[in-house]
Amino acid sequence: MANTPDYSWPPMEKRKVIGKPYKRVDGPQKASGRAKYSSDLKPKDLLFGVYLTCPHAHARVTSIDTSAAEKTAGVKAVHVVSPAGTEIQWAGTEIAAVAATTEEIARDAVRKIKVDYEVLPHLVKDDDLSKAGARAKAAGEKVVGDPDKAFQEAEAVSEGQYGIPVVTHCCLETHGQVIQWQGDQVSVFPSVQDVTHYAGSLAPNIKVPIPNFHVKQDHIGGAFGSKFAADSWGLVGANLSQKAGGRPVKLFLDRDTDQMIAGNRPSAYAKIRIAGKKDGTVTGWQSESWATGGFTGGGTPPLPYIIDTIPNQRLHHTSVAVNAGPSRAWRAPNNQQASYLTCSALEDFAAKIGMDPMEVFQKNVAYAPTARVETYRYQLQKAAEIADWKKLWHPRGQGGSGPVKRGLGLGFSAWGGGGHQSQCRTTINPDGSVLVEIGTQDLGTGTRTIIIQVAAETLGLTMGAIKLAIGSSDLPPDSASGGSTTVGGVSSSTRKSSMNALVKLFEAAAPALGAQPEQLEAVDGHIRMKDNPSKTLTWQAACRKLGTTKISEMGENQQRNPMGLNASGVAGIQVADVSVDTETGLVKINRYVAVQDCGLIINPRLSESVCYGAIIMGIGTALFEERVMDEQTGLMLNPDMEFYKLAGIDDIGEIIVHLDIREENDKRGVIGLGEPPAIAICAAVGNAVANAIGVRVPNIPMTPDRVLAALEGRNA
Amino acid sequence: MKGRCLVSSRKDPEPPAKPKAGFSRRGFIRGVGLGSGAVGTGLLEREAVAAPAPANVVGPGPVPITLTINGKPVNVTVEPRVTLLDAMRNYLDLTGAKRVCDRGTCGACTVILAGKTVYSCSVLAIDAQGKNIETIEGLATGNNLHPVSAAFVNHDAQQCGYCTAGFVMAAKGFIDKHPNPTMEDVKHGLGGNLCRCGTYMGIRQAVVEAAKEMKGGKNG
Ligand code: FES
Ligand code: FES
Repeated sequence: MANTPDYSWPPMEKRKVIGKPYKRVDGPQKASGRAKYSSDLKPKDLLFGVYLTCPHAHARVTSIDTSAAEKTAGVKAVHVVSPAGTEIQWAGTEIAAVAATTEEIARDAVRKIKVDYEVLPHLVKDDDLSKAGARAKAAGEKVVGDPDKAFQEAEAVSEGQYGIPVVTHCCLETHGQVIQWQGDQVSVFPSVQDVTHYAGSLAPNIKVPIPNFHVKQDHIGGAFGSKFAADSWGLVGANLSQKAGGRPVKLFLDRDTDQMIAGNRPSAYAKIRIAGKKDGTVTGWQSESWATGGFTGGGTPPLPYIIDTIPNQRLHHTSVAVNAGPSRAWRAPNNQQASYLTCSALEDFAAKIGMDPMEVFQKNVAYAPTARVETYRYQLQKAAEIADWKKLWHPRGQGGSGPVKRGLGLGFSAWGGGGHQSQCRTTINPDGSVLVEIGTQDLGTGTRTIIIQVAAETLGLTMGAIKLAIGSSDLPPDSASGGSTTVGGVSSSTRKSSMNALVKLFEAAAPALGAQPEQLEAVDGHIRMKDNPSKTLTWQAACRKLGTTKISEMGENQQRNPMGLNASGVAGIQVADVSVDTETGLVKINRYVAVQDCGLIINPRLSESVCYGAIIMGIGTALFEERVMDEQTGLMLNPDMEFYKLAGIDDIGEIIVHLDIREENDKRGVIGLGEPPAIAICAAVGNAVANAIGVRVPNIPMTPDRVLAALEGRNA
Repeated sequence: MKGRCLVSSRKDPEPPAKPKAGFSRRGFIRGVGLGSGAVGTGLLEREAVAAPAPANVVGPGPVPITLTINGKPVNVTVEPRVTLLDAMRNYLDLTGAKRVCDRGTCGACTVILAGKTVYSCSVLAIDAQGKNIETIEGLATGNNLHPVSAAFVNHDAQQCGYCTAGFVMAAKGFIDKHPNPTMEDVKHGLGGNLCRCGTYMGIRQAVVEAAKEMKGGKNG
């Protein structure tokens, strides 16, 4: 066929598989405990790797003696990560690692390693900029319009200070891998959100060519932006394996180490002033913000978030370097922080002028990117409706006369998306079986399921007729699952490869139907003529026409040329409805409403699950999660899960997700939802708490002590 | 404060052992009669090895033990300090239960021990002898999912799935004791397990549905 096939998505009303709430295809595997994660694997001759980590926030290794560990029976390899002379910049840094025949022996051996440190001064806290000294690096000032004049002429000025601390990813499966380096071959079972490029992140460090890597991952126990590469544990594991004569080594971080070094979200603090009119229009913005992303600083929230065309602005940001583990991408990097800071300030402005924040937000979303203004207006209305805003909202501090006060709060979000670079191969065999292959990964978002849906839809088959292979470096290359780009990428490449394969099948079947290939369509397990459906062959019969030659066709999504199959850019509005006990300081979520903009939805059930998950994670960060650092010792006080608290099943209230599935949205193509709904939760919860108790609790998480302190401040 | 601690205690970690046949670290320490000052040091273990051990004392080296897993006896040789979780995962290739916090907070390692829901990371393997240990691997019959697992699939009560096996076992243990749970009961009863992906909405529905299904006598 000379013509390129038409890859565009079938119209909504014609879809048979896409858009339907199929159950996730790997659900039975997971719910029966049969799904094998890399951390479950136990290949023959497996050695267990254990790390020794640094107990100081800032120190120099002066000597290290591993001889006793090496002599321990059962120890097969010892690898020094930080030799004498190394300057350590955060506690938990890897010093050495041991591989032994049992985990118990490895742990004993690690304890026998003697390390001397010269302890150096540290800074671990960033909530008070005045204490940061030389560790603070100002990024310079940015001025838009004439902020001084705006503030002088303002009818009202509000101000506040807000903060959101460092939180960790806390994936339930810690970082690590099972790895075997034998001769010039490396086999790895990692826990990674980029199977295709894993080898590339390790190969140069051990000088093994990328094609000699065999990377495989069936399932992964959480990533959220913290597992993009092989990391130092990949390298250390490889070294241990090689030293042990090529035996496979399992090296996964212990929970405490994972909490300390394997990823966190940067903090963000800001003093913000808003100038505006009594009708709610903001005319000026001034912010002094600071943040830390660890020793290299980092973390610059884009302020003012979304409403970034406020005509007069003065912005000042400072990055603080602390002796604590480095930040990593965290499910919409910098957006939660920016959303929290901006929405808090906007709500404080509304309170200052005595207006309903719903109206103030309505007014000021005019400053959002033009293409999204109407979406926000619509979403604000919709969210108000679902959350019963008119009935339940009250001016600040009028949350009832009893000790438990109820309040409502708003937050907004924006995210990109698009489809990442992705290649897919669809094979149609003469016996009618179909294999789809793609080197991607399923982080629990439902990637497997949606790939099969797209292939089934395209080929006119049922879900069960498609076999799928993902999670291996031997498969066609895909990209990292990051930036909510996976669903866009894999759905588009699958659509194309399956369409390309189908065209070949049409060519093989056409003579038997006395038709031209382009006159055919694939519907309900048949290949038939479009305008004469009685001219038909079953799928099996059509495939038999292939003789002994299978069809194997590639399809590629090019990030820069999505061809209408996927798109970028979604808005979101969320409303929290909370009750706050003013005697105990306890915040309870009653109801949480999310109105989420979206594109073409391949599976509404899985999309909804992703939204729930994002919101629940956000509730955790709004109410419980915080990396607590000890000023004296420089250590993280809660590198665990009892004091680093995640939200539990009874902490989340009722969650209502309204996915904005409409034809005009559908036409945009597929847009990922991993990150968009995770952005606005701290903002909405913080504003709801302020609305309930009549006073701003400046810092997330809204723990009882912080709530009580804020209340006392008001009373004092 | 959150109710986590309270809720966790509802899980009733195994009552500390009557040192049965000396198969416990505690019994071992008592047996060699060391002063409390040395407890927990490496010194203790080295001296202890050298000391002539009373006949009913084992360890610290590997000892053969027999676990009853899903009704079947399983022999394994582990050091007395090895947890039930590690014995299953590292020695027996039973990897449904996951090691996540390794200290009794998250429930990813949940199994049912002698009818009681426990965190297997907080039970020593040697102490689990002589009791039936129900694990996720024993739930399905052939290709038929257990009603709890099936309900988790039906309500999409899983994303990455790393917490799921623990949740399924906790839910099974909960339903065994509370055959007619309300949604409120479920929210309290499953408070000893954590999920990072945020699958609680589905889990709530799944547990209520599974309870109904199991009462229907389809499975037990
Ligand atoms: S691993 Fe046992 S409770 Fe977390
Ligand atoms: S499904 Fe991922 S932790 Fe629960």
